Amino acid sequence: MKVAITSTGNSLNSNVDSRFGRCSYFVIYDKETEAIEFIPNQSQKLTEGVGTSAVEFLLSRNISMVVSGEFGSKIKPMFDSRKVTMIVVKEPKTIDDIIKLINHKK
Amino acid sequence: MKRRVRRMRRMHSLPAVKGFSPFGSVQNLEDKTVYLLLEEYESIRLCDYDMITHQEASVIMGISRPTFTRIYASARQKVAKAFVEGLKISIEGGKVYFDSDWYHCQSCNCDFSNPDKTTEVKSCPLCGSKSFTHYQDDESKSPEIVEKDLEDCFNSSENRRHGRRKGKNCRENIQGKGRNLV
Ligand SMILES: [Zn+2]
Repeated sequence: MKVAITSTGNSLNSNVDSRFGRCSYFVIYDKETEAIEFIPNQSQKLTEGVGTSAVEFLLSRNISMVVSGEFGSKIKPMFDSRKVTMIVVKEPKTIDDIIKLINHKK
Repeated sequence: MKRRVRRMRRMHSLPAVKGFSPFGSVQNLEDKTVYLLLEEYESIRLCDYDMITHQEASVIMGISRPTFTRIYASARQKVAKAFVEGLKISIEGGKVYFDSDWYHCQSCNCDFSNPDKTTEVKSCPLCGSKSFTHYQDDESKSPEIVEKDLEDCFNSSENRRHGRRKGKNCRENIQGKGRNLV
């Protein structure tokens, strides 16, 4: 299972980026292989359709879960329709925190 | 002229395919397409695939029973037309929104969605905790429209002849109008 996490930077100590479409990096974490990939968010530079473009990118990576600080009202139905679980993190957490939570070991 | 106020129709998820095309036709059929709206597809899915009553289906889609029956009748008519005349079916457009249930995890303090309503939530997808609460539907939750694909034909089910529209002609005059009708 692949999980996407929005990130403010490209290290495990970076925080979860609360802006979904305009986050700096996407982290793609593969739960089975434990592979972690940091991908700069190309959509961030767009002037419009930022969220949509980010969703399409993530869907192309076959994620089944996405972690961010917030999902806009246009984003939610897109993930809903593709059966991707959305997770809204409410307090500052690092990418490392999230990965540990996903692995269910605190 | 009195303008009918139309409500958004709630939908479970997108169909598996964007449409169907016939095969093995004897004559060279014209390249005609029947446009089945997403809410029409959904009505067939609920009534004929899930085998539930019109009453239950109308509740699921968040519309009145007469409205449901009208959508369903139109869906059947379009599918029948495509069957009999050997036409393509394209599933697109309509006035629908997608909706998932939301939960709150008391352990890691996150909110999470359950996009697949047919499966019951057993634990928080992030931390695995079993202590979570279900956000109940509140009236203020405003339905949203899926951008792109769905926005184009907003107005189309207002127009019963939508199934016969040609190509992309309806796009321009539809843009923007839909929102006013909400
Ligand atoms: Zn949790």
